[in-house]
Amino acid sequence: MLVGFALARGRFAGRFLVDAVVNLPLVLPPVVIGWLLLLLLGRHGPLGAWLYAAFGLRLAFTTAGASLACGVMIFPQMVRACRQGLDAVDRGLEQAARTLGARPLDCFLSVTLPLAAPGVLVAAIAGYVAALGEFGAVITFAANIPGETQTLPLAIFSALQVPGGEALAARLAIVSVALALAGLGLSEWAGRWLGQRLGLR
Amino acid sequence: MTEGAGLAIAFRHDFPGFTAAIDLAAPTPGTLALFGPSGCGKSTLAAVVAGLLRPASGRVVLDGTVLFDSSAGICLPPERRRIGMVFQTPNLFPHLTVAGNLRYGQRRAGRDGGGFDEIVALLGLEPLLARRPRTLSGGERQRVAIGRALLSRPRLLVMDEPLSSLDGPRKDEILPYLARLKQALQLPILYITHDLAEVARLADWLALMEAGRVRAAGPLGEIAVRGDLPLALRDDAGAMLAARVLEHDAARQLTTLAAGAARLLVPLLAAAPGTMVRLRVPAREVILATDVPRGISVHNVLATTIRAITEDPPRRATLVALDAGGVGLLARVTPDAVARLGLAPGSAVLALVKSVAIEVFPA
Repeated sequence: MLVGFALARGRFAGRFLVDAVVNLPLVLPPVVIGWLLLLLLGRHGPLGAWLYAAFGLRLAFTTAGASLACGVMIFPQMVRACRQGLDAVDRGLEQAARTLGARPLDCFLSVTLPLAAPGVLVAAIAGYVAALGEFGAVITFAANIPGETQTLPLAIFSALQVPGGEALAARLAIVSVALALAGLGLSEWAGRWLGQRLGLR
Repeated sequence: MTEGAGLAIAFRHDFPGFTAAIDLAAPTPGTLALFGPSGCGKSTLAAVVAGLLRPASGRVVLDGTVLFDSSAGICLPPERRRIGMVFQTPNLFPHLTVAGNLRYGQRRAGRDGGGFDEIVALLGLEPLLARRPRTLSGGERQRVAIGRALLSRPRLLVMDEPLSSLDGPRKDEILPYLARLKQALQLPILYITHDLAEVARLADWLALMEAGRVRAAGPLGEIAVRGDLPLALRDDAGAMLAARVLEHDAARQLTTLAAGAARLLVPLLAAAPGTMVRLRVPAREVILATDVPRGISVHNVLATTIRAITEDPPRRATLVALDAGGVGLLARVTPDAVARLGLAPGSAVLALVKSVAIEVFPA
């Protein structure tokens, strides 16, 4: 959210660099992202070693690691959606709020954020659904441990490796399609519901 | 920082292909109208006053408070200027009710929350309070926007073409509210428009803008009758003045108005004696004479002195600016008439104005 807002409205040095880093997962192969995460956050990576020493936190090859990998992969999508949600807010309304005595933060909280909320909510739900389908980054960084770091496509992939696993793969594929449809439907409905609550439509 | 009452705006700002260089001062309270074609820099000026645009250089002072001064490094943010803005589009917050919109600025203005009922009554907003902006008509929305700006306790109300997005009947619905609000609250108003009818009804002080500059500024009555300004070359050119209702003559169905030392007869008005009204005397409706005519239907025969005579080439006409007891009038006649009557600046002449040709608006 914050990154989205900064990129949508901020004019700061290094904006281009932040924008590029945020969008990296869109253009790099997911496996590369997973491997970079492993280098950085693995037991012997610079950040991973420190995390383990300081908090006893292990990310590589754990459920938390799988979530992190998914998060990094869908990050550009989320940032982009937040940006679009914020861009859709009429600048005239913000100017009106300022002339009515609202400081910048007050204006953001009382006008910008509520009006951007439907777009952001839709993005959040769609992002969650997309995260369920993450494959490359997860298998590299968190491996494919059933019940721990196995995402849906990983399970389907595993099933297809076993002779006679097509039936299981098909069932999982159906679950995957159902989840995707449900997620898209939910995000659509939630956006509309919030929009109505806010009197936007 | 005490420079007394008044609004002084001076700034320079460069846009790609357009430079605004403004120097303007007007007394407060009162309504300063900015009149000019689209793209002449009127909205830029409004944004600079409100603090929404920081000009390259300049100085903006309102009643002794410096809002912007590039040489002193002062630029108050919009929320600390206490300038109420009414934009071309109402810009109401769609996620709040009408009441929520009205209270938005009021809450942030601090101090006691008085004035709400008064403003709601003044603008006729009572039946709308619980509704969402989406469900309002264009005119209703603009009324809410005006109320919202007023409730933020502004020291100056800036209205940037508030009626331009409305059609004729909606404009006529709002104009009386604006006139009333001007009377009820002693609040300085900066009113931006490209509609001369709005100027005639609301302005006390008029600034003509042209290509990023102020071409001329002064009291409405004086600027409106200057033959050397583009205003005088319009079809609807003419004098614009404020007048007081003196007395009614029910038998003759006439009302006498006082504008400066001049007395004007118009068809009977409903307004009570003592009420202020606004007048427009179109230049093409003013007849000039050197002798008192006899047996003529005209009611108003005013003794005037000629201030200036200028040409109106597109119409092959001549504009004669007149002084009628301290009140400016403008007459559009032919060059031949000027020659026949031997008119020259400084000479005395009678101005004949039909009572029915005078347009009267409630002030």
